Amino acid sequence: MGITMTEAAAERVKTFLANRGKGIGLRLGVKTSGCSGMAYVIEFADVVDDDDEIFEGYGVKVIVDKKSLVYLDGTELDFAREGLNEGFQFNNPNVKDACGCGESFNI
Amino acid sequence: MALLQISEPGQSDAPHQHRLAAGIDLGTTNSLVATVRSGMAETLPDEQGNHLLPSVVRYLEGGETVVGEVAKGQAALDPLNTVASVKRFMGRGVADVKSLGSRLPYEFVESEASAMPRLRTAGGDVSPVEVSAQILKTLRERAEKSLGGDLTGVVITVPAYFDDAQRQASKDAAKLAGLNVLRLLSEPTAAAVAYGLDRGSEGVIGVYDLGGGTFDISILRLNKGVFEVLATAGDSALGGDDMDRLVAEWIMKQAGIADDADHKQLRRLMRDACAAKETLTQNETAGIRLELADGTHWEGQLDRGQFNKIIDPLVRKTLAPCRRALRDAGVGPEEIKGVVMVGGSTRVPRVREKVGEFFNTEPLVDIDPDRVVAIGAAMQADVLAGNKPDDEMLLLDVTPLSLGLETMGGLVEKVIPRNTTIPVARAQDFTTYKDGQTAMAVHVVQGERELVSDCRSLARFELRGIPPLAAGAARIRVTFQVDADGLLSVTAREQTTGLESSIQVKPSYGLTDSEIEEMLRDSMDHAREDMDARNLREQQVEAERILEALEHALEVDGERLLSSGEREALERSMDVVRETIGENDYSLLKRRTDELNRLSVEFAARRMNASIQEALSGQSVDEFEK
Repeated sequence: MGITMTEAAAERVKTFLANRGKGIGLRLGVKTSGCSGMAYVIEFADVVDDDDEIFEGYGVKVIVDKKSLVYLDGTELDFAREGLNEGFQFNNPNVKDACGCGESFNI
Repeated sequence: MALLQISEPGQSDAPHQHRLAAGIDLGTTNSLVATVRSGMAETLPDEQGNHLLPSVVRYLEGGETVVGEVAKGQAALDPLNTVASVKRFMGRGVADVKSLGSRLPYEFVESEASAMPRLRTAGGDVSPVEVSAQILKTLRERAEKSLGGDLTGVVITVPAYFDDAQRQASKDAAKLAGLNVLRLLSEPTAAAVAYGLDRGSEGVIGVYDLGGGTFDISILRLNKGVFEVLATAGDSALGGDDMDRLVAEWIMKQAGIADDADHKQLRRLMRDACAAKETLTQNETAGIRLELADGTHWEGQLDRGQFNKIIDPLVRKTLAPCRRALRDAGVGPEEIKGVVMVGGSTRVPRVREKVGEFFNTEPLVDIDPDRVVAIGAAMQADVLAGNKPDDEMLLLDVTPLSLGLETMGGLVEKVIPRNTTIPVARAQDFTTYKDGQTAMAVHVVQGERELVSDCRSLARFELRGIPPLAAGAARIRVTFQVDADGLLSVTAREQTTGLESSIQVKPSYGLTDSEIEEMLRDSMDHAREDMDARNLREQQVEAERILEALEHALEVDGERLLSSGEREALERSMDVVRETIGENDYSLLKRRTDELNRLSVEFAARRMNASIQEALSGQSVDEFEK
């Protein structure tokens, strides 16, 4: 399985990385917090740690630590627009229920 | 499903706790809002894809408002209820606005409650602060829709020369729009931040801002990651519109259109001239075709060489303030390591070329000059909202005009000189002028001239309850403090008793940009005259002080220590000085005061001896009298 990314998401990440001027890729993860237990982490990655797994899609490296991967396996990262708003979205098959806004979730 | 943005490593927010921040360029003609998403700063468009929001608000009956492009389109239909360029009235008093008023379609209402003028509209009377708040509210809604949440805070940019009242008014407008202002940031500083110059090597940079109707030059210094505005200068009536006017005049001459062309034709000409100017940004020549009053057409061509010749006087006119700002900043053109171009008119190649020549460096033009200020504000807001790991970036500004207070004789004592970096606190000790004086009036003024009457009055307050002491014995410390947003508070404290009185300068009335310009220019034009006036006043104060002291001394000891001849001579001399005070002749007054001083030396010496003898002998005055 692993983590995949839509082309739209990959293009945006490339643009943002280029604008930032440094970084080897995108780090995805989960952390415990929020109203439904867990929350997504999406950050620029400058280093790879020993327990990280690296995936690649459309020329963008996605770095996920092993613990987070348990909850994210099979996720597809997408870039979406809703009216004026735009941003990244996790299509995560592991999620059982999420809070109303979808920012935190439960497995 | 929530839409997420990429954070810096380790800076991910907890869910539902996004620190959404935006930068707002609240402009005279157009306003913009920008934000940082996934590390990238960009201006936000509305649903139609327009980034610029015309700073125009139309008031409808019943109080509803229309803001932006639509309102601008209706300005011609409903000029009385459509408010444009409201930034020019921010923090200004009724008198200031009236001086502009003759050229404006709006009806101003004086209100008793505040010194702030209000505009009469179909939706009720509104203040400039309320109009600005409408614009800010529109931008806030746009930002919140684009970011998917409430804004934590915003950075709003203001011109570097905005005075206290104008800054306070801008803050009030934000508050009214429901915005939390993280900081007011000066426009040139924001532009420099947009180019990331704050992360570059240290040095001096210039920000050249040529808009539609105004020109500003600012000289900034980057020192240990901190920006400091060293100096600002400009011309509040110089911009792209003037270029259009010159081109229109050229077309009129070429096409043989008389000077008395009607209003409609003039407006068309201006539009054609503007179009030609814009064409010449990319192309070497621009074709012009216009319909004449008699229905025939005129066709012509303007090439870039000719265009350059037409606008060169204007471009040269911008270089004089550049020179002045450099002089104020105390740096030479060779020390400037970069010039940031701001404002739509800096797209004109000739402007870039001449500015490059003047500062001897290729100007920075990569970021859209209309958006660069908003982008810098967004980057600063992002840092202040806590989305950056290294939030060390602290920006400094300067006071646009000197701040001081009135001293005896209507003279200005400058406490904080102009172009002092803020935040700043400066204290100065003052004393009483008369024996037994128990109150002191503190009159806070702003300006460069030597006399209070030539400066702008900001505030007045009184320190009461000073213990009655001999003149010059009381110690009153007056502290001027200007905070990071450029707002001034003044405190007077009597040192022995700790008695304190203070004031914060709130919007009472403001100054127009051109008035600030004028005040600066005046101070240079009148430097000599001011010095003379100051000398005269100081001499007058000195003469009055001596007269008063002598009168007092004569009353007490005149009989006892002077012969009638001596006393007469002294009184004659005093009369002469008294008459001379009103004559406004410095050197004559100085000569006569010196003469009086010389005459009274002997008297003063005798008084001194007498009091020493009294002290030594322990005898009472009564015993001395016989």
